[in-house]
Amino acid sequence: MIKLPVIRWGQPYDSLEVTEVNHFATGEPIAKVSQAGGGIIKRDMRQAQQARDALQKFSSRELIAMLGKAADLYEHGTLPMGDGTQSPDDFVHQQSASTGLPEHMCRANMAKNSFVLKNMEKILECLTRGLDLAILSRGHGEEGRGVVVSYQAQSPVLAAVLPSNSPGVHTLWLPVIALQMGLVLKPGPQEPWTPYRIFAAYTEAGVPREAFSLYPGEAEAGAAVLEACERAMIFGGTATVDRYRGNPKVQAHGPGFSKILLGDDDVDRWPDYLDLMVESIYLNSGRGCINCSGIWASRNAREIADALAERLGPIDVLPPTDTKAGLAAFTVPGMGAAVWKQIEQVLKAPGVTHITERFGPRLVEHERASYLRPTIIHVPSPESPVTQTEYMFPFATVVECPQSEMLKRIGPTLVGTVITNDESFRQAATNATNIDRLNLGPIPTTKLNWLQPHEGNLIDFLFRNRALQVA
Amino acid sequence: MMGDSVFDDAIRAAREALDAHVVETVAWHFHESTGCPFWLDFKKRLKFDPLTEVRSFDELRKFPPFEDEWLRGGPVRRWVPKGLADKPIYVFETGGTTGVPKSRIAVEDFRTDYSLFSDTLPEKYFPWGSNWLMLGPSGPRRLRLAVEHLAQHRGGICFCIDLDPRWVIKLIKKGWMEHLEAYKQHCIDQAITILGAGHDIKCMFGTPKLIEALCLALEERGSSLRETGITGIFSGGTEFTPQWTRFCVEELFGGPPEISGIYMTPTYGNTLMGLACSKPVTAAEGYKIAYYAPQPRAVLEVVDFDDANRVVGYGETGRAKLTTLTKEFFVPGFLERDEGEREPPCPEYPWDGISGVRPFSRLAESTTVGVY
Repeated sequence: MIKLPVIRWGQPYDSLEVTEVNHFATGEPIAKVSQAGGGIIKRDMRQAQQARDALQKFSSRELIAMLGKAADLYEHGTLPMGDGTQSPDDFVHQQSASTGLPEHMCRANMAKNSFVLKNMEKILECLTRGLDLAILSRGHGEEGRGVVVSYQAQSPVLAAVLPSNSPGVHTLWLPVIALQMGLVLKPGPQEPWTPYRIFAAYTEAGVPREAFSLYPGEAEAGAAVLEACERAMIFGGTATVDRYRGNPKVQAHGPGFSKILLGDDDVDRWPDYLDLMVESIYLNSGRGCINCSGIWASRNAREIADALAERLGPIDVLPPTDTKAGLAAFTVPGMGAAVWKQIEQVLKAPGVTHITERFGPRLVEHERASYLRPTIIHVPSPESPVTQTEYMFPFATVVECPQSEMLKRIGPTLVGTVITNDESFRQAATNATNIDRLNLGPIPTTKLNWLQPHEGNLIDFLFRNRALQVA
Repeated sequence: MMGDSVFDDAIRAAREALDAHVVETVAWHFHESTGCPFWLDFKKRLKFDPLTEVRSFDELRKFPPFEDEWLRGGPVRRWVPKGLADKPIYVFETGGTTGVPKSRIAVEDFRTDYSLFSDTLPEKYFPWGSNWLMLGPSGPRRLRLAVEHLAQHRGGICFCIDLDPRWVIKLIKKGWMEHLEAYKQHCIDQAITILGAGHDIKCMFGTPKLIEALCLALEERGSSLRETGITGIFSGGTEFTPQWTRFCVEELFGGPPEISGIYMTPTYGNTLMGLACSKPVTAAEGYKIAYYAPQPRAVLEVVDFDDANRVVGYGETGRAKLTTLTKEFFVPGFLERDEGEREPPCPEYPWDGISGVRPFSRLAESTTVGVY
């Protein structure tokens, strides 16, 4: 069993408080993880500037080259991991075992992280709109129009309070090192694997160790990270997002309520988009904020729901090692049953129909874990509160709603795929401030373009464009 | 070093003293001339006579578990033993963030408990005559008066801060974390002001959260706890863990007592029981914390999670069960909201103890710990 220490500015620290990470199905211990207390974190953060100082000994271009090397090490290398080593296969087994995600999905997430690392130069060029990275490094410079521009770093480090159940979110913090800012990570209790492996890959590739702190721990550790760092990301539920709304120090990522909207001009061609809808709901076991949880159409809604149910309803639980496994386990005891209980309440709403019911029970309980099979709900009215639901498995409502009311009825939408050639509807969707990522045309909600910002531009979060004059 | 047979004798003697104390205490609380209205009324519903059928500590198991809910609401006089009715009575409260708090009456117990605790404090770090800071809850709390008594008992004067733990719990429940932080800062500001006001304070009580916050705030100001002149600290609660102690000793204090000049000792207890002391906590023993109740006035057992009358084996995990046996207050077995491992007797305390104290895992989700 592997032992993972706390990492304090690159230095391992074995805590007297240790928790075990266990296999979700067998209960077998996989790792012993040292736990950090809030005091240690707050005290360490006094030295946060040293992380940026260490990184600023290298240019952003040099760091980007290191990240490219790290991509290869992360995806293919056997890396030091706590008191042992870890091969890519070990990583996949361990991540799957503790998170309940099928192994092939863990591999896919690994490839995604690696892709982002390999393409860091292009990604940063897009996020900075072509700004010379040396200007971010120095704090000011000339962009070529004869005007001095200044971007002031708002923090020497970015902190991230990471989730246990969604290994896909890590791409969001990967670019930070190239921006010469340190990383302070509070791993999810069940998913220490990605932060530790990225740390190992980065440092093996030459990034200074003192740029990293990893603080596994309980809620107190997360709170300390958020309190002590000037810029932080947190991943959580709606309550977490609400708590940090309006706090300039914290970027909170929560449920996406991502949706597909079918315009009146295209809605009769819905069978052409069935694959796209299935992929948007089902990819990555429906765990992501970018997974579609609502399909909106002015007509054919019941037919669409039936067709989705035909495709998704029969999908059953397979072992995590099976390459066809499409469902991730709920590893927290009782969670699957609790979620299903909520859905049963939802189904009591007037007119709401559970379309996948005919394919058998959705809740599958194993000795130590549970699963929820894909669930499709038909909702005849946009006024139903059921339309604003999202769960951590392939779940979607198909909502009947006139096109003229759709944009005001859909509520907050992280990814909105709007399938229409109606120019006025496309323009209205472009103007809708409740849609964050907008896909105009038949693009799955799960298909991200890494060259575009996600839930706000990271550069805008980390740097402030301010005035600077030089005499 | 105590020989095995001497140690065994000490254990046996402690047990005999406990059994005798049980008989004496039960006689006091259940005799018509000395008992309190609550227990005298309770006796009427018992199927045994406590005055004749409780001859040892083990026989206290005949009583049903003590329910702290009985302490809610009045009249508070029902808890005052007739034998103490003419004494000045204090009332201390626990809980009360919402609803009626639980009340416990006291006459001298808090003073007695802390006078006994005083005997365990090393003179080098808790010098006689030095002044104290009470960095903990104010209001209707036993702890506030107890620490003040401790200071006075040792010839010093105790400075206190204003800290309302009920408001702190409300802030946590509302999720107002910024307000929580501001309130903590408000408490720390009070402490730093007192420490810098020339009062020659050398000793303090603090909760783990506040000690940590005080040290970090002093560092922020370019100072340290050592520079304030503090040499002796006592603290307590489930947040006083080995890892937290190590962090304090190695990083906040600047080393073990012989290097930093700061000695910190943990205690465990509550308004019902009084306080249990720990053996000295050292790096050599992995900062292990083992608590021992002040027998025979109070007893700490580690019992089976599903059978509160079965004490678990040494080293095994169970729930903390407290028994209070003073003339002021009788609690025949109260299940605490904590769990831990049963510790064997040691020469300093020849009776059972508990280590690894933490919130009871089956209740942990609904328990708010370390609020101040």
